[in-house]
Amino acid sequence: MNVVHLPDQPAAYLILAAFLLATGVFGLLRRRTLIGMLISGELIFAAAALNFMTVNRFMAPDPAVGQIVVLFIMGLAAAEVAIALSIIIAVYRNYRSIHSKELSELKG
Amino acid sequence: MSPFPFSAYLVVAIFGFIVATTVAGALIAVLSRRIIRSVAGLALCSVGLAGLYYFLNSPFLALMEILIYIGAVCVTIIFGVMLSETDEPEPRENPGQERLWAVISALVSVAIFVGLYRLSLHGAWPAGGAAAADGSVRAIGIALLTTFSLPFELISLVLLVAILGALTLAHGGRKQS
Repeated sequence: MNVVHLPDQPAAYLILAAFLLATGVFGLLRRRTLIGMLISGELIFAAAALNFMTVNRFMAPDPAVGQIVVLFIMGLAAAEVAIALSIIIAVYRNYRSIHSKELSELKG
Repeated sequence: MSPFPFSAYLVVAIFGFIVATTVAGALIAVLSRRIIRSVAGLALCSVGLAGLYYFLNSPFLALMEILIYIGAVCVTIIFGVMLSETDEPEPRENPGQERLWAVISALVSVAIFVGLYRLSLHGAWPAGGAAAADGSVRAIGIALLTTFSLPFELISLVLLVAILGALTLAHGGRKQS
């Protein structure tokens, strides 16, 4: 594979999306605060969106569909962040902590 | 022939810079201990992703990525960081278990990466379809209002429910304390 044609290879984008997914899963397992886990979830969203755009650019017949799907993913990510942060702030008001080890009982 | 002899190498250099930006942003977002630095890493990763969308023939999505991820998502997360005390706790009891858990998560993510790497290099991907439509902003707008009008309305409903739910959750938490 010639280096010059690297931006035109779908494998480059797919490998980068796989890297983003792997780092997102690593952070989701490794982080011990809720906001850190939320940031890792955003990385996984970004990996999915990049995969959609790659398949859309190199393999799909209609280039508008993938962009619309990625727009929907971005809208859902924004809604998810708003809900998750309000839940995190409510949890912090109750427990004075958002470390996931200490949130082990319900109905606190 | 391109008018400038090194333009292909210039494009590759810009592509490599964008990929390095994305990778560095993702690593900072996952590995740093201060949570505000990992929000900054997420913003850096979003800048890199916007550049990748530009390489994938979609400047509109590059703009939207910067607008939504950096302008909305990262700023909202920074507000959440300011309203709560969020740094990663010091590893206190049994560091051996912590280390074992780190090794397990690293193994899981490396396994995912290697599997997807092999799949994307050796998978039977179909050859590229020729572009039937142009994929411009005009085509996106027409498709949003004709073919995808139902999901478009549904996502506006989802955003409305998310706003109302966020307001209700934050307000209820305040009344209890």
